[in-house]
Amino acid sequence: MIELNPRIPDGAIEDKWEKHLEHIKLVGPNNRRKYDIIVVGTGLAGASAASSLASQGYNVNCFCYQDTPRRAHSIAAQGGINAAKNYRDDGDTVYRLFYDTQKGGDFRSREANVYRLAQLSRNIIDQAVAQGVPFAREYGGMLANRSFGGVLVSRTFYCRGQTGQQLLLGAYQSMQRCVYDGTLTMHSRTELQDIVVIDGRARGIIVRDLVTGEIRSHTADAVVLATGGYVNVYFHSTNAINSNATAIWRAHRRGAGFGNPCMVQIHPTCIPNSGNFQCKLTLMSESLRNDGRVWVPRKKGDDRDPRDIPEEDRYYYLEERYPSFGNLVPRDVASRNAKIVCDDGFSVLGDAGRAVYLDFRDALEREGRQVISERYGNLFAMYNDITADDPYQTPFRIYPAPHYSMGGLWVDYNLMTNIPGLYAIGEANFSDHGANRLGASSMMQCLADGYFILPQTIGDYLHDIFQDKIPEDHPAFAEHRAHVQERIDHLMGIQGTRSPMSLHEELGQVMWEHCGMARTGEGLKKAISHIESLKETFRKDLLIPGTAAGPNQALERAGRVADFLELADLMCHDALHRDESCGCHFREEHQTDDGEVVRNDEKFGNVSIWEWKGEDQPHELTEEPLEFKALPLMTRSYK
Amino acid sequence: MKYTLHIWRQESPSAKGDFVSYIVDDISPDSSFLEMMDLLNEQLIAKGEDPVTFDSDCREGICGSCSMVIDGRAHGPGHGCTTCEVRMRSFRDGDHIYIEPFRSAAFPLIKDLMVDRSAFDRIIESGGYVTVHSGPKPEPNSLPIPHAVAEHAMDAAECIGCGACVAACPNGAAMLFTSAKISHLGLLPQGEPEHDTRVVGMVHQMEQEGFGACTNHAECQDACPKGISISFISRMNRAFAKATLREPDQRRGTMSNQ
Ligand SMILES: Cc1cc2nc3c(=O)[nH]c(=O)nc-3n(C[C@H](O)[C@H](O)[C@H](O)COP(=O)(O)OP(=O)(O)OC[C@H]3O[C@@H](n4cnc5c(N)ncnc54)[C@H](O)[C@@H]3O)c2cc1C
Ligand code: FES
Repeated sequence: MIELNPRIPDGAIEDKWEKHLEHIKLVGPNNRRKYDIIVVGTGLAGASAASSLASQGYNVNCFCYQDTPRRAHSIAAQGGINAAKNYRDDGDTVYRLFYDTQKGGDFRSREANVYRLAQLSRNIIDQAVAQGVPFAREYGGMLANRSFGGVLVSRTFYCRGQTGQQLLLGAYQSMQRCVYDGTLTMHSRTELQDIVVIDGRARGIIVRDLVTGEIRSHTADAVVLATGGYVNVYFHSTNAINSNATAIWRAHRRGAGFGNPCMVQIHPTCIPNSGNFQCKLTLMSESLRNDGRVWVPRKKGDDRDPRDIPEEDRYYYLEERYPSFGNLVPRDVASRNAKIVCDDGFSVLGDAGRAVYLDFRDALEREGRQVISERYGNLFAMYNDITADDPYQTPFRIYPAPHYSMGGLWVDYNLMTNIPGLYAIGEANFSDHGANRLGASSMMQCLADGYFILPQTIGDYLHDIFQDKIPEDHPAFAEHRAHVQERIDHLMGIQGTRSPMSLHEELGQVMWEHCGMARTGEGLKKAISHIESLKETFRKDLLIPGTAAGPNQALERAGRVADFLELADLMCHDALHRDESCGCHFREEHQTDDGEVVRNDEKFGNVSIWEWKGEDQPHELTEEPLEFKALPLMTRSYK
Repeated sequence: MKYTLHIWRQESPSAKGDFVSYIVDDISPDSSFLEMMDLLNEQLIAKGEDPVTFDSDCREGICGSCSMVIDGRAHGPGHGCTTCEVRMRSFRDGDHIYIEPFRSAAFPLIKDLMVDRSAFDRIIESGGYVTVHSGPKPEPNSLPIPHAVAEHAMDAAECIGCGACVAACPNGAAMLFTSAKISHLGLLPQGEPEHDTRVVGMVHQMEQEGFGACTNHAECQDACPKGISISFISRMNRAFAKATLREPDQRRGTMSNQ
């Protein structure tokens, strides 16, 4: 069993973070340069952490697989970032943001963390503005807001449809300043392959240089993983095609507990699979649900042009079923309902595929084309480019797609995993979103972790290990390098017939079918045995041409798929174990008559944390019980 | 649909490169250009041949990774789109398509269609930021920014750093990239305090990296997937002139086109 101490401070929920800071140990400014910190990942979480730590004077080494830190997957976030600023005077408070996030997550997150996130949300906007992030402004010069699913207030800040890009560039620019100052060294086109744990503490990493193929090691006093989410396990997802689970999975294999692996979010508004070969799915920002109305024809097989379908023949299923939230219900609810109407035979693509309409007709009539195009112009254009349909004329066709992983490495209140010295931040950790994440709250979490939490909590660990350096030539590093080299040689040596991508695609299909929007015990068992045979195929029949002594993208993909195969297996086991429905985790066995989730708080009011026990050994489960004091348990209702 | 591809293959920076021809068949007009490339690579892998190396990640036009010159145009036939956003419906069945890397002295080739654009990072490093620590900051609404100013800054900030401007420029200049960042920060009050050192530092670095000079061809604006306007270049030129006047000790950079 893993020893888990969440280290949640005592006291009232409003005071925990302040109190914690008062008691935390710190490293003095003169000593910081003596500490080496590794940050893997340069998305919002990694870039904000790396720049904050380096600005404080720590010696930071930072890694990403792209050619520059600015291209991390966070760049693609579109819609916006939440903050409880209450600029609209519409009743927003820190508590309400906490409430929405905790309820939106269907009570499967750690209350103290969520509250802290809501508190820090306000500082993030201030920080970003100071960096020169050009948030949208109203005509009077004040910051503008929009609203997102699952809430009743307008608290989302945005930069057109490129909020992630602008926030990431802000953090990236700060990183580049640290590079100039000499406190940060950037290692681009470098992929983490293993974590080095010596005497129970994280002491460094092994990486592969993606240009030369060289395997290198780096020592450090602390290692921070900010490597993003793992929904590419589904092959088709909204994530960047190289997003991967390798870093967190390698850490998991070295002893880091994996929290709630089955909790993944399927985003309701994506461009549906076209049926042809596709490498990824494209997200249409959820902000579209502010003005667009979701519907399907009331009659099955109604293949009239949607514009000719009169009002009485349109089934606005979200508005009818959830009158108070309507089109703005949380993502899990919106996705599940799209699935239900398509399962029932109402897909607007008929037999050719699955999709529902998202219609701007009424908004265009009400607001005019000018206003709508200012708000969503780039999204309309993107849709038009991809599908050749014009959403100003006919409704969008949308369908859910895998988007975000709420699960990830288990961390304590300081964001440290159960391996001392190893931290996980951003989407890579399991933290704040429970069983479902609300829109515009991932960026908020990434930046809270990176700008405001980790830079303050890391001293608590570092303080104790002052002057306790591990030499570069410690035998553990050579052993780990050899291990990584062997693994690569092995993959290169199989020389079978299947490309890494074809295996990945097959894995994705299994996961989508059985561990996607709806799950059953029976389906999950099927998936587990299919994954087992797929692993076997991978071991015996993988084919990677070329050599490992230079750029080899097939090899990179193969390494990632190997980790996805193992992770997929754990996800299915976790989903099978969690014999309840909650948020995105919908076990068909547990639903109300009208298809809403039925939680089992008594048995599953906790986080499942899984421990790696060795090759082909079953994982071992530890549970972290959750408290529901600041917000008592309730049944989520968006009706 | 069927296409004949002529792709630049080059094993390493020092190896000799050349076009190699491949035929791809059964491509859907709805496929993206890079999905077509993925399918080609699947074909090559099945034959045990080395697949074509190219950069891409987001596949939706925002990360700036993808970088191909298609039929002589940076990012190919579309207007205002990246390589990954090009759809095969922009080509006719049976077309011959020429695919090359972004070429520039300042973007050394790594392999096939993959180049090294780290010069851009070094330009940003030379001043493309506002110096702030993480921590409490003033309330942002205490400093109103007119809507039009924020929008103008955003027009410049949209740059994705792909390098198409450089690849398209007959001189291999990086003026559009550099001026976009200088303008983004220069238009906002937060960028004001470091404005002059930023302009001088970034322009100087741009020259150090071996990018060419601007001779007003405007090819960069045309190739830019985000439609960044060359008016930012004139803005930068003015800013540079002023900055060097005001800070003679910083007069390290010379702008070749002045
Ligand atoms: C299309 C889209 C739209 C979104 N819109 C929003 C939105 O509007 N609001 C919101 O709040 N959230 C949104 N999200 C979610 C949000 O963007 C992500 O959850 C968040 O950006 C994750 O950031 P991160 O820093 O944790 O990781 P990422 O941004 O994924 O960065 C991961 C980093 O780790 C590096 N890395 C990964 N593996 C390795 C390895 N093995 N070795 C070395 N480096 C590695 C990568 O190079 C990269 O730098 C959106 C997501 C998508 C896909
Ligand atoms: S792959 Fe990201 S812009 Fe083309």
